[in-house]
Amino acid sequence: MAGLKDTPRHSSWMETGFRFLTWGAGFFILILLLAMMAVLIYDAWPAIQKFGLDFLISTEWNPVLGKFGALTTIIGTLVSTALAMILAVPLALGVALFLTEMAPDFLRPVFGTAIELLAAIPSIIYGMWGLFIFAPILADHVQPWLSEHLGFLPLFQGPPMGIGMLNAGIVLAVMILPFMASVIRDMLLMTPQVLKESAYGLGATTWEVIWQVVMPYGRRGIVGGLFLGLGRALGETMAVTFVIGNAHELSWSLFDPANTIASTLANEFTEAADPIYLSALVELGLVLFLITFVVLGLAEWWLRHTAPRGLEK
Amino acid sequence: MMKTRSKTVRKLVNIAALLASGLSAIIGLVFLVWILLDVFSKGIGAINWKFFTELPTPPGISGGGLANAMLGTVIITVLATILGVPLGILAGTYLSEFGRNRLGEIIRFLTNTFVSAPSIVIGVFVYAVMVVPLGNFSGLAGGISLAIIMLPVVTRTTEEMLRLVPDSMREAALALGAPYWHMVWKVAYRSAGAGMMTGIILAIARVSGETAPLLFTALNSPYWPNGIMQPMANLTVTIFNYAMSPYEDWQVQAWGGSLLIALTVLVMNIAARMVVRRAGKSRKR
Repeated sequence: MAGLKDTPRHSSWMETGFRFLTWGAGFFILILLLAMMAVLIYDAWPAIQKFGLDFLISTEWNPVLGKFGALTTIIGTLVSTALAMILAVPLALGVALFLTEMAPDFLRPVFGTAIELLAAIPSIIYGMWGLFIFAPILADHVQPWLSEHLGFLPLFQGPPMGIGMLNAGIVLAVMILPFMASVIRDMLLMTPQVLKESAYGLGATTWEVIWQVVMPYGRRGIVGGLFLGLGRALGETMAVTFVIGNAHELSWSLFDPANTIASTLANEFTEAADPIYLSALVELGLVLFLITFVVLGLAEWWLRHTAPRGLEK
Repeated sequence: MMKTRSKTVRKLVNIAALLASGLSAIIGLVFLVWILLDVFSKGIGAINWKFFTELPTPPGISGGGLANAMLGTVIITVLATILGVPLGILAGTYLSEFGRNRLGEIIRFLTNTFVSAPSIVIGVFVYAVMVVPLGNFSGLAGGISLAIIMLPVVTRTTEEMLRLVPDSMREAALALGAPYWHMVWKVAYRSAGAGMMTGIILAIARVSGETAPLLFTALNSPYWPNGIMQPMANLTVTIFNYAMSPYEDWQVQAWGGSLLIALTVLVMNIAARMVVRRAGKSRKR
């Protein structure tokens, strides 16, 4: 507090300056987002004009003929994300519950920190692992087994190559797992001890406490965490580009190579010499931006909407 | 609800649920440990003195290192930090100190959604506003796209940390006659400092492993960094290019680079944790 004594002169000038500076920085975020949107639309405009709505429903992606349709990549993005969520959500819930309610007390902080550290590992590492380590295992052991036992489904037909939609979904799942688990864990830790103890006092089993006390109490945060994981999976580039095989074809089989918006951008952006090609790629980016923005915006809105009153400032 | 089921059924359900949860924890941990072990065992073979000191060699010629890419990653990350962190702190200060109004609400909402915006789209944006007008890829463009990724992260943690500063402390300073800016500078920043520092370190760690936004901003280069207006070698894009190449020596180098990046990010995360712990101890919380 000693510093407060020698308050500089011209403090009203400093005051205005400080307010203006922080206001400017805050406003800059707003401007930046608007600018991003505007620039993407401006650069995508030639493609938007040329292909119109066809861009969103056509599956033809032919740079040589100058024909561009985004449906393959949009479906690829949605399917890989859905696959990742189906695999990762139950596991993330299990991990989070294990960490907060079941693991022995001395293990909890260690496991918790480990999961948080793993969530920070860059996605390119997951991509490397998926390409060099996991793809051969998938091709030699997992895919033959799947086509033998579940091969009557169109999902599991075709040559086992290791690289393709299935690999992308699994690698994405492994990537978002620690992230979602640590967010959910933070939420579960907020359940008041008294609530849990009173349920135990009534004779509830551990599972009943989890299902009837902890989960309802943390539901809001859990859904928020799942949405954040979803946002990550939708926009993920590196973990997917390594392993999805990059083919602009639609297929029922999860064994076949496919594409996502992000992987198409990563592979083709620097090679696009033709202006309309580049414009079509920017439009892909715009579509991805809008999809994630809607998903994350919904999550944000939901979190606020359901916020308990009194907690909000 | 509890009365309708017999005790045995309840116990069985309990055991089944616990097993399922424990099993998923094991599956999750097995995958993650597996990945880390592979990165370590494959990467350690590439790491030697040359790896840190020499330029990359063409495929087929053994030896060589990724020294230029390491230097480039450091330069790009420093650029991003210089551009992104001060702006983020100011914006976070705005949200916490002056942002309890409509504009603050909007900016807060946008920041929270911006935090997980796809990083590759930010690369496309910087390509359009910087690389195209200037006519070439550059380290600076890479730094700017990483700064854009950092900005919302730093803004959000700064706001969260400043909000933890009790209003009574603010009021005490203001009652002594301190102007608002001086109170923020001397009181709020000081007591939220450790938390803000943690946020900054975590943000730096996050962008230092980013690949996608650099692909068409900084690009890559086989040479030493030659000014920030030129394409700049960096570790992550090098890993991507080398891993996708058919040459075995390059793939080994890519594993070495992956190990280096993973270790750096882990060490920074641990450092960030220690900052918080030290501050917590000194405040006897």
